[in-house]
Amino acid sequence: MSEDPSKSNEPIKLIDPHVHMSARTTDDYERMAASGVVALIEPAFWLGQPRTTVGAYMDYLSSLVGFERFRASQFGIHHYCTVGLNSKEANNEELAEAVMEILPLYLQKEGVVALGEIGYDDQTELEDRYLRKQIELAKEFDMVIMIHTPHRDKKRGTSRTMDVLKEHGVDPAKVAIDHNNEETVKEVLDRGFWAAFTLYPNTKMGNERMVEIVREYGSEKIFIDSAADWGVSDPLAVSKTFRLMNERGITKADIEQVCYHNALSCYGQSGQINEEDWLNPLPVDQRNLFHGNSVLRGGQTPRVDEDSLIIE
Amino acid sequence: MAFESTSALALLESWLASRLSADAQEWYNKKRADLGSDREFFLAFALVPRNLGKADLELTDQERSACTDWDPSNWTVDQAARIALLLAGPDQSFIARLEKLCATGDVGEQITLYQALILYQNPASLTQRAAEGLRSNVVPVFEAVAHRNPYPQRYFDDAAWNQMVLKALFIGSSLHPIQGLDERANEPLAATLIDSAHERWAAGREVNPELWRCVGPFINTNRLEDVKRALESDNPLSQEAARLALAASNLPEAKMLLEATEDKVLSWEEIHQALRHV
Ligand SMILES: [Zn+2]
Repeated sequence: MSEDPSKSNEPIKLIDPHVHMSARTTDDYERMAASGVVALIEPAFWLGQPRTTVGAYMDYLSSLVGFERFRASQFGIHHYCTVGLNSKEANNEELAEAVMEILPLYLQKEGVVALGEIGYDDQTELEDRYLRKQIELAKEFDMVIMIHTPHRDKKRGTSRTMDVLKEHGVDPAKVAIDHNNEETVKEVLDRGFWAAFTLYPNTKMGNERMVEIVREYGSEKIFIDSAADWGVSDPLAVSKTFRLMNERGITKADIEQVCYHNALSCYGQSGQINEEDWLNPLPVDQRNLFHGNSVLRGGQTPRVDEDSLIIE
Repeated sequence: MAFESTSALALLESWLASRLSADAQEWYNKKRADLGSDREFFLAFALVPRNLGKADLELTDQERSACTDWDPSNWTVDQAARIALLLAGPDQSFIARLEKLCATGDVGEQITLYQALILYQNPASLTQRAAEGLRSNVVPVFEAVAHRNPYPQRYFDDAAWNQMVLKALFIGSSLHPIQGLDERANEPLAATLIDSAHERWAAGREVNPELWRCVGPFINTNRLEDVKRALESDNPLSQEAARLALAASNLPEAKMLLEATEDKVLSWEEIHQALRHV
């Protein structure tokens, strides 16, 4: 067994590239920071209950680039987000049309690293229409795309999404396909996309399965996230899986690819997320977002106060 | 007022001209020439940092001296360019653009927009907008209105002013960077601050030493007891602040109390600096 990296002196650096922090508490921020999360990406999604007006949608997007970013900074975490019309709400045509009108206002905001999460839910005609429209929008603004793959009929839904992306001439290197599993990973990698895995209790991936996937498919284009939201989910999923992979003999280099570097390489193509942001922040960012905040940074011992590392 | 919007624009653009690379200047000029349509404007506004960078302006003393009471010493290149683009657009679009930017702005944009209030046309009409910035939960946005900004001193009525000072203390921000703090001190503010000090003492919490700055000129016999409490606290900065407050009072008992203390008096600025570095 290799040495436990949480016991080494070098601080652990983790990125959770898919987590809905607006639905989480400050305790979560604290625990994530303490476990080594330096940056996270919050994709625009639905709120568990559908919005009925475009104003509500705008306020949500404004909070992703505004208050939530500040909230994260108070815990020493760099917050980025993606902006898009999710597949569930794409089924409300009137709302969807209005949201398409205002999306361009948000695509170029600071810290917006991709258009997403978009894709299929029930694979309806309206979902298909707004997926395609947003793919075109991403091309117009030269953006990375974050794809949400459906829970039901996942394998075919995932293939279909990739077919659509190909049909629109999108470079697969600029697309992260999320919520993969054993059934979808091979095709996603073979077709040149980034393959993201969500460690989400009960419904998506467990992290013991994740270890085996890394063993089989390597670390070149795979990364992991928690997708923690308002449901039963685990904002420490990335750090737990980091440690589990280590316990089970995955190499340090592979683990760091999967828990840090790959998400950075994928979303870094936006120019909006850069390691320098936390390693060597600009004076203006330190003044405004990280001033007086030394509580959780520098020299801390990362910790995960949990009995078990396993997510099932 | 210090500036017409047109001269503010000229000033900002002169600073940019001596700092931007040729490519960056060319990008700016191109966007500047095409500000008629909202779509082009919002896009250009959003893209400023990635095309011009976010370096500090680092104004020279000479540049800084042209600004009278406006203090852009913390401004950055992207902030100057964004405000220049906003000011350079058609006059009739100005308010609608400002409102839309404030409603949809990211943290950096909101800071930029609020710290420039003084440069906008008809600033007296923007007090509601300024108050909205102060309502923000994002501390640096609050501070963009409250700190190093002559807007509140010039345009807020006492009620708005007092709310701002009280909130600054409440959220753990500082008072010293508020412009006009001594000039705008007033009796109702002193009364409110004394009440808030009592609340904090009752809860066993520390009272920010800067609070006494707004109380000093309004010390009466009742309040003298409160200042005495600060003077006798364990916190050396509170003691120093209490001395400064006593020195600002005309009350004979205050003078006597001051004379009975050791004469080591920091300035408010030194107290502020010491608090920042705790
Ligand atoms: Zn999600």
